[in-house]
Amino acid sequence: METRELTCIRCPIGCHITVELENGEVKSVTGNSCPRGEEYASNEVTHPVRTVTSLVRLKNGKRPVVSVKTQSDVPKEKMMDVVKALKEVELTAPVKIGDIAAENIAGTGVNIIVTSNDEGESV
Amino acid sequence: MIDVTIIGAGVTGSAIARELSKFDLDVLVLEKESDVCEGTSKANSGIVHSGYDAKPGTLKAKFNVEGNKLIHELSKTLDFPFKENGSMVLALEEEGRAGIEELYERGKSNGVPGLRILEKEELHKLEPNVSDAAVCALYAPTGGIVCPFNMTIAFAENAADNGVRFQFDTKVTNIEKKTGDEGNYYLLETSNGNIETKLVINAAGVYSDVFHNMVSSEKLHITPRKGEYLLMDKAAGDLVKSTMFQLPSKLGKGVLVTPTVHGNLMVGPTAEETDDPEDTSTSAQGLDFLFAKGSMSVNSLPRLTITSFAGLRAHEDGGDFVIGEVKDAPGFIDAAGIESPGLTAAPAIGAYVAGIVKELLGASEKKEFIGTRKGIPSMALATPEERAELIASDPSYAHVICRCELVTEGEIKNAINRTLGARTVDGIKRRTRAGMGRCQTGFCLARTIPLLAEALGVDEEEIVKSGNGAYYIEGRIKDSL
Amino acid sequence: MADKKADLIIIGGGPAGLAAAASARKEGLQDILILERDTRLGGILNQCIHNGFGLHTFKEELTGPEYAARFIKQIEDEKIPYMLDTMVVDIAEAGGGDKIVTAMNPKEGLFTVQASAVILAMGCRERPRGALNIPGYRPAGIYSAGTAQYYVNIEGRMPGKKVVILGSGDIGLIMARRMTYEGAKVLCVAELQPYSGGLKRNIVQCLDDFDIPLLLSHTVVDIKGKKRVEGVTIAEVDANRKPIPGTEVFYECDTLLLSCGLIPENELSGKLGVKMNPVTNGAFVNESLETSIPGVFACGNVLHVHDLVDYVSGEAATAGKNAAAYVQGEKKPAGTVIKIKTENGVRYSVPSVVRTGLMPDTLTVRFRVGNEYRDTNLAVYLDGKQLMKLPKRVMAPGEMEQIILVKSKVEEILKTSDASEHEVVIRVED
Repeated sequence: METRELTCIRCPIGCHITVELENGEVKSVTGNSCPRGEEYASNEVTHPVRTVTSLVRLKNGKRPVVSVKTQSDVPKEKMMDVVKALKEVELTAPVKIGDIAAENIAGTGVNIIVTSNDEGESV
Repeated sequence: MIDVTIIGAGVTGSAIARELSKFDLDVLVLEKESDVCEGTSKANSGIVHSGYDAKPGTLKAKFNVEGNKLIHELSKTLDFPFKENGSMVLALEEEGRAGIEELYERGKSNGVPGLRILEKEELHKLEPNVSDAAVCALYAPTGGIVCPFNMTIAFAENAADNGVRFQFDTKVTNIEKKTGDEGNYYLLETSNGNIETKLVINAAGVYSDVFHNMVSSEKLHITPRKGEYLLMDKAAGDLVKSTMFQLPSKLGKGVLVTPTVHGNLMVGPTAEETDDPEDTSTSAQGLDFLFAKGSMSVNSLPRLTITSFAGLRAHEDGGDFVIGEVKDAPGFIDAAGIESPGLTAAPAIGAYVAGIVKELLGASEKKEFIGTRKGIPSMALATPEERAELIASDPSYAHVICRCELVTEGEIKNAINRTLGARTVDGIKRRTRAGMGRCQTGFCLARTIPLLAEALGVDEEEIVKSGNGAYYIEGRIKDSL
Repeated sequence: MADKKADLIIIGGGPAGLAAAASARKEGLQDILILERDTRLGGILNQCIHNGFGLHTFKEELTGPEYAARFIKQIEDEKIPYMLDTMVVDIAEAGGGDKIVTAMNPKEGLFTVQASAVILAMGCRERPRGALNIPGYRPAGIYSAGTAQYYVNIEGRMPGKKVVILGSGDIGLIMARRMTYEGAKVLCVAELQPYSGGLKRNIVQCLDDFDIPLLLSHTVVDIKGKKRVEGVTIAEVDANRKPIPGTEVFYECDTLLLSCGLIPENELSGKLGVKMNPVTNGAFVNESLETSIPGVFACGNVLHVHDLVDYVSGEAATAGKNAAAYVQGEKKPAGTVIKIKTENGVRYSVPSVVRTGLMPDTLTVRFRVGNEYRDTNLAVYLDGKQLMKLPKRVMAPGEMEQIILVKSKVEEILKTSDASEHEVVIRVED
């Protein structure tokens, strides 16, 4: 039996939740004060995911970098792999919100999309 | 062979340089830091003392009263911010009256004009926020406040405009008396090579004993005395009009509460002896002490500190300035032990030292000497008409870089491109006030650095706060992933 | 004579200014001018590239620039005029209730605009080191978290490699993750208070995810390094927030980020003569978000520092709507004037006065508490009669609270009240 302690982030209360796991399966969730806490804790201990927001280099832009994010959540343990993979990505202005900056980033199956507009250096 | 080499580009060295630039002489100023005004001159009270404090007959008394008069004039001809706001020494208990009277007499014999003792009623009428405990005060109407940075910079710039050379990032490591075909001279070993000079002027602040002792057997001993300060928001700037000193009492020397010439309120200094001539760190005790002590002068000292800092005063064991040619080292002139009222005294010291040099070298006056200098225009202080004129001359005077102090790109470019222009972020700050305001560079830093980098033709990574190693930026995002 | 005229000037093109402009236009106001000091609209959102914005407003999670872009699109679609690179240097009252705004930019130089209404939407700034009285040296390498954020997210440059953060406000927490993502090592986040000023979610996702320790009841007591930061000393503090001798730990680092609170940027408002609330450092406003000067409205972080941008947008829309009504000359009787008093843990409220004649059917009153409270109640009284008592599991200074005053209920109580001066009291109760 494995136990995991975490803080619920679903609301400001921030319940300290204890999850008991056996062979990777949730056996019990305690300490939460609502069903949302139970759902959060179960997901968080079995397959935690995050949206990664970061930056990539930009050529010919008004600014030298442009902000990006994963189009959907990626596994939490892949966060640093995603930003490392972004080190190799370079875009060329103009770019706009929603443009795909990279596909299947770090083998997650998730695309990276641009989150800022940069119409490029005015000629 | 250089005629005169001045060690130190603080207010004393710069004032001397400016006076020497009136003569046909080859003058070089050596400064170990990357700008003028980097030592004691940058961290002090910014007070132009009227001169009642120093003991009659001392050099401090003599140069203080003279310097005060000179600053009144020079602030106009050299265009630096100065305000004659008057000084007061507060007696915070009845026993202090005798002390106030003693200062009054001392001031009279020092030749301080306009001194008066204010009784409680008049005092509180003039300064409604002064502490209820204050029973009387010495009032010195010629006391003033000055921008110590721009005064030093004005002296140095005007000297440079008149041919004095300034060499920064150059540390003097040794001085040797030499005899050549044309008589005695000095060999200065520096971090940038050797320099031969007929005369040396030692204006090295807290290091002035070190240089003096290299050439003389009559040793000096300087103790750096640390003074911490609190600087408050302009919202507190009109708490008092005059500079408020406390009469030294059994509770200690006291601290001053003063408006600054730019409209902030300042409290300080502490006085703590240190053996590290570079120790400008502040301490929790010091800052607490200042708040407590400052609160004794005024009824309600607001908690509006925007920054705190510390400076070192060069206190010589004898307690007075040490100025003049060193007896056993002809051609070596001290301007040492310059602590308070050194800022006030600087122009008088400059004229005095220049007189010695003139005698020694038989220098003649320069015909083409330019006696005036124009400072950097200030959009914050300009009238609407002047603002419009500045913008018409260069639209970048309408591009605000520092929002707290309303400093524009035009002013920053001016600061960089002028004589002895700014090379560092602190250099910009002291010349223009960008970053001096309530957000303390939070907004303008990222806007000043690119302007500096562009003007100097370097990458932003090369830009420093002040001097080597004080970099701000280190590489690009993800470099170290 | 002013150089330009407009019905409504909005000072600031950040989230508050944009939402206010869009809302005023929705009310039919044509002649609007936004003055923005940056080179683009969007304000601080442009550098807030993390996600978590818009859950209330758009029911989806957006990054800051994406959230801003939604509002900028409304401005562009509605062709609402704006001027960039433009700094307002003065606001003054002109005759006849008009205001004169003085501004400048490199294209047009110094100019004045006369308007009948002004919305203050200048946002806020970060508290500097001096205000925190941190002793030590003053080397390069000490940044407010927002300055560091600008460097990384806008310029793509690193302000340092080994970082200590003082203050666990949201910007500090967000920057802990950002610096980590971009290749720096964040050693710890120290927080003077015994609780964090940031959102729980940020503590988990910005610190816990990266094993960055949060040191509650700790502060920086010394900064080492004469040129560049070489390290900081952190000590634990006692209940009075005073460092406890013997608890000092030295952290070798090259960067100290400060995230110790935000201050509304109200220099212009103060010069204009708007009455300021010393608790919020923002203006006192009534139910219409109008300041002590008729026709001058305030919203967003210049009014009081918000926790979520969604609330800024909502508040700004209200200000925009009311400013439009003011310009359009809508005259309603003020009705009964009710002061809102806050006590017992509630630090302030926005608005601080309500005129029933101009009160909407439901009025949102926002405020913050001064401490962390668990299992308490928010009690609201009008002229001594209880209006509501809301049980609260947790309230913390880092999160904004709100209550909703229902006009019909307020009027009902006023009918039977014999108080000479009317007062709503909001307080924390057991």
